[in-house]
Amino acid sequence: MTSTESLIDRRQMAYIAAQASDARLNVELETEGMTLNIGPQHPATHGTLRIIARLDGEQVVWAEPSCGYMHRGYEKLTEVRTYPQVTTLVNRIDWLGSFANEVPFILAAEKLMGIEAPPRAQWIRTILFELSRIANVSLFLGDLGVQMGAITPVFMAFRDREYVLNLIEGATGGRFHPNFDRIGGLKDDLPAGFIDETRAVMKKLRTFCDEIENLLFGNEIFQSRMRGIGVIPKDVALQYGLSGANLRASGVDWDLRRDQSLPMAWDKVDWKVWTHPDGDAFARCWVRLQETREATMIVDQLLDSIPSGPVMAKVPRIIKVPEGEAWVSTENPLGEMGYYVVSKGDLGPFRTKIRSASFNNISVVPWVLKGVYVPDIITILASLYFILGDIDR
Amino acid sequence: MSSDAPVAEIPGDTLRERIVDDLRAQIGDALVDSLVKPGDDVWVRVRPDAWLATGRALRHAMGFDYFCFLSAVDWMPSPYGKGEDDPTEPPPERDDTIRQGYAGGETRFQMLARVTHPTLHVGVNVKCDLDDAHPVVESWISVYAGANWHERETHEMFGIGFDGHPDLRNMYLPTDFEGHPLRKDFPLLARMVKPWPGIVDVEPLPGGDDEEGDGE
Repeated sequence: MTSTESLIDRRQMAYIAAQASDARLNVELETEGMTLNIGPQHPATHGTLRIIARLDGEQVVWAEPSCGYMHRGYEKLTEVRTYPQVTTLVNRIDWLGSFANEVPFILAAEKLMGIEAPPRAQWIRTILFELSRIANVSLFLGDLGVQMGAITPVFMAFRDREYVLNLIEGATGGRFHPNFDRIGGLKDDLPAGFIDETRAVMKKLRTFCDEIENLLFGNEIFQSRMRGIGVIPKDVALQYGLSGANLRASGVDWDLRRDQSLPMAWDKVDWKVWTHPDGDAFARCWVRLQETREATMIVDQLLDSIPSGPVMAKVPRIIKVPEGEAWVSTENPLGEMGYYVVSKGDLGPFRTKIRSASFNNISVVPWVLKGVYVPDIITILASLYFILGDIDR
Repeated sequence: MSSDAPVAEIPGDTLRERIVDDLRAQIGDALVDSLVKPGDDVWVRVRPDAWLATGRALRHAMGFDYFCFLSAVDWMPSPYGKGEDDPTEPPPERDDTIRQGYAGGETRFQMLARVTHPTLHVGVNVKCDLDDAHPVVESWISVYAGANWHERETHEMFGIGFDGHPDLRNMYLPTDFEGHPLRKDFPLLARMVKPWPGIVDVEPLPGGDDEEGDGE
């Protein structure tokens, strides 16, 4: 090494050191940060969630979601409706998996009345419940690509979700808001040809899951954007009340379909609860993918074993629910969805507390966004998966 | 405490009775009342000054790690009924006695929270009476971080204060909104402005046969 070269070297080093000390000085002086407003109209927010993030350079130092752009006051509205009218409201909470919203409320009312739907109705309820899950989560899997910058998966998702929505429409008459569940059973039996049609669609959906798994989950860019991002440890997930795939991705083996006894048909078939130990964004999405595939297999098995008989129990024409309190929650596409129903023996509930999954799932956002980089905000929000109607209610 | 014990064969009486016994061992006579529905659910009512202690006992000593929800109940019957009265008529007589639900109670407002045991898969509903004129209770944030948003929501919807909550901003409503919408004496304004059409079971179609039926 010649002396001039080492001189340049030393000068360069001195320059870099000066820059670094300047930067440190800036930190000590608390340079003015920047406030970044994400939403309320942002493609990554599935509705109108607004996130206010304070940044220091590229890093988030503080973030807070701002809700209420879609608050519809369902808890107040249930107090002036009759029990059968409430299903129309709760349909709109998680609008991508509407049927699944009706079920826990109807189950709570049935629990208070001490009646149970006939076996065939339980089976059909479970089938439609799982179809809602497939419709809901398949869209999530496609949308996940869009938020990472990959356009193709969302077209596949919309294409294949349509088959499931057609099934739901065929059985209930509504693509998005079936309003099909009744106290004591269901509005109607399944239409002719539903079973064969559903089998074919489930096969298609399994192919869709494989495609997504190859295209997205096997993609290197996707993995590097998801792995190790937004890690939520088990104890944090539990005390924030995260549920569904978000909780199972943090290594908690808990699924309300398996772990409580409900008059539904999940315990009559063989299936597996998927968990992942990592707790990062990748784990959450991966668990959802596996659950979608598992749901298609649950539906297949239920179709094989569907009993015959009526779909409606004997209930009075005017439904009065006896005085009491009941809590029923189910494992909805987004997580634990529950209703705490207080009845005073009237035609309508006295008070309904709606415990929706996304509200708790999103309440962890201020915690998990602290210290992440700006592009990861979208990854984390996408992986937590929320639906605005499910936060604001 | 109970977290390492084996799961009872029948998830009924013994398991749920034990939750009440365990909680009584933790907080003593602050546990005012309890109700166990075999195979269904557990309700406990605690003294308001023991609200935070109850949360701590449930999470740290009894393993109820999973925070489900926190809210409140206003037990006063609504003075507006279902908002279906004819506004031109004098308001009908209404029963305005306050009757509390499971596990009893003495006050109009009650806290209602639910926490769940993640391995035993049982939940417990916790209630506590609140002072009607000055409903304030200690915040659960130090125990369950997830209580933050639920307490904000309860604060804006019921006007219940939470001691130790860092920021009781409104969750949904505008900052200058007056009143607490989920209190029973807060009218559902949509019903006040326009009579609810749902009283009629099926509205007649315009020009239909039974247009002169029981519609407006």
